Amino acid sequence: MDYVIEMLHITKKFPGIIANDDITIQLKKGEIHALLGENGAGKSTLMSVLFGLYQPEEGTIKVKGREVKIKGPLDANALGIGMVHQHFKLVHNFTVLQNIVLGMETVEKGFLKMDDARKKVMELSRKYNLFIDPDALISDITVGMQQRVEILKMLYRDNEIMIFDEPTAVLTPQEIDELMQIMRNLTAEGKSILFITHKLNEIKAVADRCSVLRRGKYIGTVEVQDTTKDEMSEMMVGRKVNLTVDKSEAKPGDVVLEVENLSVDARQEGHTKKLVSSVSFQVRRGEIVCIAGIDGNGQTELVQAVTGLRGMSSGTVRINGEDVTKKNIRYRNTHGMSHIPEDRHKHGLVLDYNLAYNGVLQQYFGTEFQSHGFLKNDRIYEYAGKLISNFDIRSGEGAATITRSMSGGNQQKVIVAREILRPHDLLLAVQPTRGLDVGAIEYIHSELVKQRDNGSAILLVSLELDEVMNLSDRILVIFEGHIVAELNPKEVTVQELGLYMAGSKKEGKGNEV
Amino acid sequence: MKFKKKKNYVGVLSSVFAIFIGLMVGLVVLLLCNPSQALPGFATILSGAFTHGMRGVGQVFYYATPIILTGLSVGFAFKTGVFNIGTPGQFIMGGFGAVYVGIMWDQLGPVHWAAALLAAVVMGALWGLVPGVLKAYFNVNVVISCIMMNYIGMYLVNWVVRSYKPLFNTLRNESKNVAATAVIPKMGLDKVFPGSSVNGGIIIAILVVLLIYVILEKTIFGYELKAVGYNQDAGKYAGINEKRNVVLSMMIAGAIAGLAGGLLYLAGTGKHIEIKDVLASEGFTGISVALLGLSHPVGVLFAGLFIAYLTAGGFYLQLFEFSTEIIDIIVAVIIYFSAFALIVKTLLGKLKDKKAGKEGGNET
Repeated sequence: MDYVIEMLHITKKFPGIIANDDITIQLKKGEIHALLGENGAGKSTLMSVLFGLYQPEEGTIKVKGREVKIKGPLDANALGIGMVHQHFKLVHNFTVLQNIVLGMETVEKGFLKMDDARKKVMELSRKYNLFIDPDALISDITVGMQQRVEILKMLYRDNEIMIFDEPTAVLTPQEIDELMQIMRNLTAEGKSILFITHKLNEIKAVADRCSVLRRGKYIGTVEVQDTTKDEMSEMMVGRKVNLTVDKSEAKPGDVVLEVENLSVDARQEGHTKKLVSSVSFQVRRGEIVCIAGIDGNGQTELVQAVTGLRGMSSGTVRINGEDVTKKNIRYRNTHGMSHIPEDRHKHGLVLDYNLAYNGVLQQYFGTEFQSHGFLKNDRIYEYAGKLISNFDIRSGEGAATITRSMSGGNQQKVIVAREILRPHDLLLAVQPTRGLDVGAIEYIHSELVKQRDNGSAILLVSLELDEVMNLSDRILVIFEGHIVAELNPKEVTVQELGLYMAGSKKEGKGNEV
Repeated sequence: MKFKKKKNYVGVLSSVFAIFIGLMVGLVVLLLCNPSQALPGFATILSGAFTHGMRGVGQVFYYATPIILTGLSVGFAFKTGVFNIGTPGQFIMGGFGAVYVGIMWDQLGPVHWAAALLAAVVMGALWGLVPGVLKAYFNVNVVISCIMMNYIGMYLVNWVVRSYKPLFNTLRNESKNVAATAVIPKMGLDKVFPGSSVNGGIIIAILVVLLIYVILEKTIFGYELKAVGYNQDAGKYAGINEKRNVVLSMMIAGAIAGLAGGLLYLAGTGKHIEIKDVLASEGFTGISVALLGLSHPVGVLFAGLFIAYLTAGGFYLQLFEFSTEIIDIIVAVIIYFSAFALIVKTLLGKLKDKKAGKEGGNET
């Protein structure tokens, strides 16, 4: 039999929806098989079925031609199936080696015996060119390295079938290239890979075949070589998608946001570390300025200082010429600032509130929504209706839906809708499309451009190079808390931008912007 | 209805389920102790509260008054994101405030009882304020500071009552009677429930329940409190002063628990502050009531009444030579199981799956 895994006619229903409707996926030995689909298309459910977390109502799973019943992750592991999760499952204050052997430690008379494990890990690391340091602490190594530790974990367990769940979301362009190479090495050694993603470039680069899911239904499996990106995105979304952003030349107007010598220090265990060091820049009406950088280089702290979520150690922030450095968040919110936060679950939404209540999170105290301290519920629900219809937010029970039960993409739409519909001069959008599918990304991009053309000043923080290149009118590259370059997206290539972001290239003129 | 809220059926169902299991365990305990008397004893638990007709019902309301309020205190704090385990301390401080004003300020006339209750509210609020401030500005764990405040409150009250002559009844080692003007008026309830200890306190308690319900569900203040309770970071992002909200919600929780103490010690039923080194049990019962009532004000009201009903019925267990502690066991089991809402949910889910499987003729 050719196939190492066959999931045949899988149907999994949840109350009200069919998450997987008669889906068939067949993974050949030694191939990289991409699983492509929008958010909520049923990819995660399908993988949960494969890992035994859900039992399907119909359908069978075959491993190497033999029908199996998988009741839980341990069964899956025993069958040689391993997974690199989107959010790594690592113990941060353990070393690399300790993480790899965790759960299957070799012991002798009750004492740990690491020598054999170390030998095996080092051999595997050499064989697949992973270059890991077995004694480094997880908290000290880069995200890319952490991912390799996850891969080693699967190799150490002799898994033959590897599932990668959106593995490139957290990586730099160079790291992505390296990962692709590692994946090719793995398949050359006879491993089979299921690659979950919604990035078409990566599928084109590395996958052999691609299966597409849409709204729980199986659309088809194609040979990647014979299919164009446009065809695949059409299969995924069900209509033609515009992959590039249409926008006219920016017409910058007055300065809206002015940041001067902003520094943020982190005090930890007695010593201070500069997370952001004297950053200055301006954002004008009618332009999209993008802060590009690899995650963890200070962009989060910079934006939190601008919004007031975090204190700054020095510097000034002006909105519309007014110094708001010492003003609280409420003041900034009501004086022209809108903010699409980086972490929609932590900051953006009160997940246990319904859509309507989340829609007025920064406005409930205005006279439109309250009188004498009592909420005007009818107004709040009316307003939510406006958000829903203007932004095509889909939810089970309309405005009364608890946001926790909504899909990630629609949660993000709620935030984007709320922040755009609020009166604002400045829109801070931090990774506004993270984890969203092509359809939603296209939509949010066009909304941002529309806001720009309506005269908003937009500060975009993004880790996605395509987004940076497509959307911005100016690019500021942040590296280790410094702005190391100001670039024009029309004059720079993705590769060059990647080098700036990785800190291996700097602009001579420093951070004068 | 356009704004119809999604009903928490699973929650209510799990409470009902917990009550059922709790009662069954109670029955087993009765059977183990004395099989021949078990069934009549069990019947007494269920119906004992009605033994003396309306008087029994009045007793249920009397028992329910303080625990509804301590339950409301815990439930309210819980909705706003803090676990107020400090109700015993707030309760006894409130009781002390009421007793102090009730004994010392006897020239106040008809507003005397109201002034004494106000003192109870203030003292309780003060005792809630301290953990609130510690949490908001120094990030001290509320549970720990609340437990500390419980002991500080208990010993402080013991010490002050014992050492301050006008308050202390040396013969009985407890506080003296409050002035007649400080006793909560009956508000006509003595006519409806003749011979029982019930007084206007239950009406006050119900009004407070409604007030808290309105604050939580209808006002922007409640919107803020709950937003911060559900997600402090999102509250901050929205520009809500989340520190102030933590302090306020602990103060309000403390005030409610303090009121509970005031209502009990001003009931005029021979209840005095006794000098014992024991935390007020009404405070801890509040946690049970809040859990059973799913922290919802109206749920808390019914949970308080239910537990009071069992306690009243359990009193008559002594007729069958059972000890009344069995009621405590039943209540404990009920709480134990009501904390397992999730298990109930999965159990129900499995049952449904099985049914569906059978109907679908799924052979695997």
